[in-house]
Amino acid sequence: MFKSNANNAPFEGEVRIPSGCAVSAVIDRSGKTMTGENIIRSIATMHDRSNGLGGGFAGYGIYPDYKDYYAFHLFYNDFQSRKGTEDFLNKHFEIVYSSEMKTRKTKGIINVPIIYRYFLYPLSKKLNNSLMDEEQYVVKCVNRINAEIDGAFVFSSGKNMGIFKGVGYPEDIGRFYLLDEEYKGYAWTAHGRYPTNTPGWWGGAHPFGLLDYSIVHNGEISSYDANRRYIEMFGYKCSLQTDTEVITYVIDYLIRVKKLTLGEVAKVISASFWSTIEEKSEEEKREETFLRKAFPSLLINGPFSIIFGYNGGIMALNDRLKLRSMVCAENGDLAFISSEECGIRVIEPELDRIFSPSGGQPIVYTLKEKE
Amino acid sequence: MDMFIPAEYEVVRSPENCIGCMVCERQCANGVHKFDKDLGKMIADSNKCVNCHRCVCLCPTHALKIVKSEDTYKQNANWSMQTMNEVYRQANSGGVLLSSMGNPNDYPKYFDKILVNASQVTNPSIDPLREPMETTVYLGKKDAEIKRDNRGRLIDTLTPQLKLNVPVMFSAMSYGSISYNAHESLARAAEELGIFYNTGEGGLHKDFYKYGSNTIVQVASGRFGVHSEYLETAAAIEIKMGQGAKPGIGGHLPGIKISDDVSKTRMIPKGVDAISPAPHHDIYSIEDLRQLIYTLKETTEYRKPIIVKIAAVHNIAAIASGVARSGADIIAIDGFRGGTGAAPTRIRDNVGIPIELALARVDERLRQEGIRDSVSVVVAGSIRSSADVVKAIALGADACYIGTAALLALGCHLCRSCHNGKCNWGIATQRPDLVKRLDPNIGYKRLVNLITAWNHEIKEMMGGMGLNSIEALRGNRLMLRGVGLNSEELKVLGIRHAGEAM
Amino acid sequence: MTINVDENTDFQSLNEKIHSAAERSIVINGCIGQRYIGSGVTDKKIIIHGTPGNALGAYLNGGEIYIYGNAQDATGDTMNSGTIVIHGNVGDATGYAMRGGKIYVKGNTGYRAGIHMKAYMEYKPVIVIGGRAGSFLGEYQAGGIIVVLGQNDDGLPIINNFCGTGMHGGKIYLRCKSLPHRIPSQVRTERLCGKKDLELKGIIDDYCKYFENMNAECLLNADFFVLTPDSENPYKRMYTDN
Repeated sequence: MFKSNANNAPFEGEVRIPSGCAVSAVIDRSGKTMTGENIIRSIATMHDRSNGLGGGFAGYGIYPDYKDYYAFHLFYNDFQSRKGTEDFLNKHFEIVYSSEMKTRKTKGIINVPIIYRYFLYPLSKKLNNSLMDEEQYVVKCVNRINAEIDGAFVFSSGKNMGIFKGVGYPEDIGRFYLLDEEYKGYAWTAHGRYPTNTPGWWGGAHPFGLLDYSIVHNGEISSYDANRRYIEMFGYKCSLQTDTEVITYVIDYLIRVKKLTLGEVAKVISASFWSTIEEKSEEEKREETFLRKAFPSLLINGPFSIIFGYNGGIMALNDRLKLRSMVCAENGDLAFISSEECGIRVIEPELDRIFSPSGGQPIVYTLKEKE
Repeated sequence: MDMFIPAEYEVVRSPENCIGCMVCERQCANGVHKFDKDLGKMIADSNKCVNCHRCVCLCPTHALKIVKSEDTYKQNANWSMQTMNEVYRQANSGGVLLSSMGNPNDYPKYFDKILVNASQVTNPSIDPLREPMETTVYLGKKDAEIKRDNRGRLIDTLTPQLKLNVPVMFSAMSYGSISYNAHESLARAAEELGIFYNTGEGGLHKDFYKYGSNTIVQVASGRFGVHSEYLETAAAIEIKMGQGAKPGIGGHLPGIKISDDVSKTRMIPKGVDAISPAPHHDIYSIEDLRQLIYTLKETTEYRKPIIVKIAAVHNIAAIASGVARSGADIIAIDGFRGGTGAAPTRIRDNVGIPIELALARVDERLRQEGIRDSVSVVVAGSIRSSADVVKAIALGADACYIGTAALLALGCHLCRSCHNGKCNWGIATQRPDLVKRLDPNIGYKRLVNLITAWNHEIKEMMGGMGLNSIEALRGNRLMLRGVGLNSEELKVLGIRHAGEAM
Repeated sequence: MTINVDENTDFQSLNEKIHSAAERSIVINGCIGQRYIGSGVTDKKIIIHGTPGNALGAYLNGGEIYIYGNAQDATGDTMNSGTIVIHGNVGDATGYAMRGGKIYVKGNTGYRAGIHMKAYMEYKPVIVIGGRAGSFLGEYQAGGIIVVLGQNDDGLPIINNFCGTGMHGGKIYLRCKSLPHRIPSQVRTERLCGKKDLELKGIIDDYCKYFENMNAECLLNADFFVLTPDSENPYKRMYTDN
């Protein structure tokens, strides 16, 4: 875990820090790529929803030249932590490329850790000996670095995607990482954070990632410990104690382990009220009743709006009471999700369609080739 | 040879208020009150009084009160009057001390040292009166396989579940230990509330088969009244392994309580003692429990959830884990304060552990082993209010059983004399003249009122925490904080001390 | 006075200009997410092109605000008097705890429109929604009038779930042929013909003045359901002294 702290405030992970936030996302369903310029402008319009203590982005399709390799983004505290991590990486992976991440000096971005990027794949012998599938193996290695190597933190680990985050306003973080120049992706998500106290380190910013899954989220959920204690039964460890982390694990479990569709996942985590289910068609009623009965502890209760990113698409989802705002829009192949309409209009004033999804209604936008 | 034991309570009558109507005399099955013709007024023999408050409640002029007697032995911090009297009673009789209802002693009440959270600013509280607030729970195994039909739609692969509109059920109380009218009240209330009542080990009266879909039937070591129709009628079957008030021992309903009707229901001869052995004699080990569970499942063709009820004892977490692995759909855990119609005093007051601690450990252990999903957990053993329900669920319970609270709703005043069969409130008796005092039309309504009020309160507390579904409260221990608990207690409960952050 | 703004304009500088403007009439062009526009304003005419941010016209105490575009969340929060006219849709919690004045929406509203709207003495707030309303319309409504005209073309029902929960005053008019399902039990419903209700007619006539191509007669010549609370103290029986 990343431990360096100027003051004595507890670290994220040592305490649970509630946050308010802004979220935003854009996808070009034709697969055409764009720089991070627009997503930075989008999240910047909602500046007042953040307080300068966290911002971040996830870009999809940004590493076409290395798309078959896992892209690890790491924060290091010092040379020592880098050395230890690289020894570990070399033991478990073939590293095809590594470098310090290019950044731009940006006003307001201070206490910057050492930031590295690696493209790698698991050593086949190690992988075979582990008796795990490849994804499990990678997740396990990420968790080991984060838990065991002092001063090192893997904050992005998917293929052909990357998370960029830190302490600061999101628009400053975006420019710090040169997202407006250096990267082009078909989809971007963004997050501006409003934590109630200082998270103390960069790893606490969002998005939270697990392989190619990323989550940005607004709201503080009330069901946190019910969800956490349930999901930890299945090998997940909620070390950051954030809602974003537990929501990511819940979605990962339901999709990867239980093989549910995204629509079904929404019916678990943002289930309709029993009284609403009662009025649906027999088939829907049967299905939704089954999901609620089978996964009662994965109902995420309390206010949230999330944008879930994965290779090939993005999903917007609100809590069942719709206690957080969320707007979706479409224009040609472009689709947008934002906490506020202004976050969409600023990059696309004219739209084919703009609407607010109901509480619990998932909106999924995917690449056309994936449809 | 008998030592006189002075009454602990004294009946006090206000001469100004008493009109000599003799209601008290007619109401007291213990013969406390009497009209003295020579004196021309009512008198009372406090030595016969069990302090059930029947006379106090029914006196039309409120002329009566029952007060603690001022008569006392020489003060002794070690030898209380109660302890001394117990020695006298045993020296008088040579008998094992027998008591009723739950352990009354001053052990820690952990529920009273746990406080509940509420939302402020960072997330909203929810208004339970205006916004939907769900307290429906399903009990049963949740670890269903995900299977799809040929169109890719999900198939319901869950094993049978019990649907509760409120996470509270009436716990096992047998016909025999309580009256026909008490059973009718419980059955009708369960039906109206959309919950369940439990037959206990006394069989199911023919008249109550119509409430079958709200009935849990018990299979205990004595197997009284157990037959295939009984099993078939019920919504679920509970195997009683133990009871919180008397872990490790069986039961004994004296022959005088085996009336005609009780005899028919239990399928045993009239007037003959009904003895439940301490263990099930077909279960001497955990694998035998599996055998009994599957015998019942086979008999009812896997259409009913099987509950295994165990008493909260020291190794409860491991036992519960074993039960969960034996095919039980629901585990009911009964804490050491649980009630009883009769139990040896020493057992009741000294054996077992508090339900709060047992629940916390069981829930945690089942999670550590990754099998919390394979079983629902119902807790009992002194759930006294909706606040206890909320705290139990946040600690990890799926639902609660209430016994004593339900009896209080029917009129019980906790005089703890059930074992003598002369319950003036018509609850713990089979005497027809006493039974008829409990009108099931009123009794069931009072039970419905109680649970409805609790349900409102549960919703209020959930709303305050920002929750609108009881599922999101279950196991949500961050919603709880301890006050005045030491670190070991907090560790066992798995909660933080008040003042500590999230 | 015309104020041109863009994404780099922060709300404070914009609102400062509005407050200090000598002119009564102000036009804002290119508005994009600036919050609190017209908050607490008493007598101005503000015309907004673009997408104003949250808390538009909060505590509004007179004057007019016209939005040519969509408005976001918490529009007209606790407004006391004045007029807000939205030529588009509006987000969640529109007219929360509104005590007076009127909010006219051409399109749809999000969740919780008119939540805890109230009336007091001569104050009688009105919200008219041209399209459809999201869930919890008129939740806790204590007074005033909400009208939903149902002219949305998205095929969705005129209101979503949980309309009028906790309603204990005021009226909701729904322009539809059949009563939407699941109206809470403490709400009374009555079907009427729009033309015959003079109060409604007055409101619709006024509403139509603000929008082109809206015909009051046509709107009124339809079935309406009027929702009123069953009791002013719906929860009295829930409590017992202790």
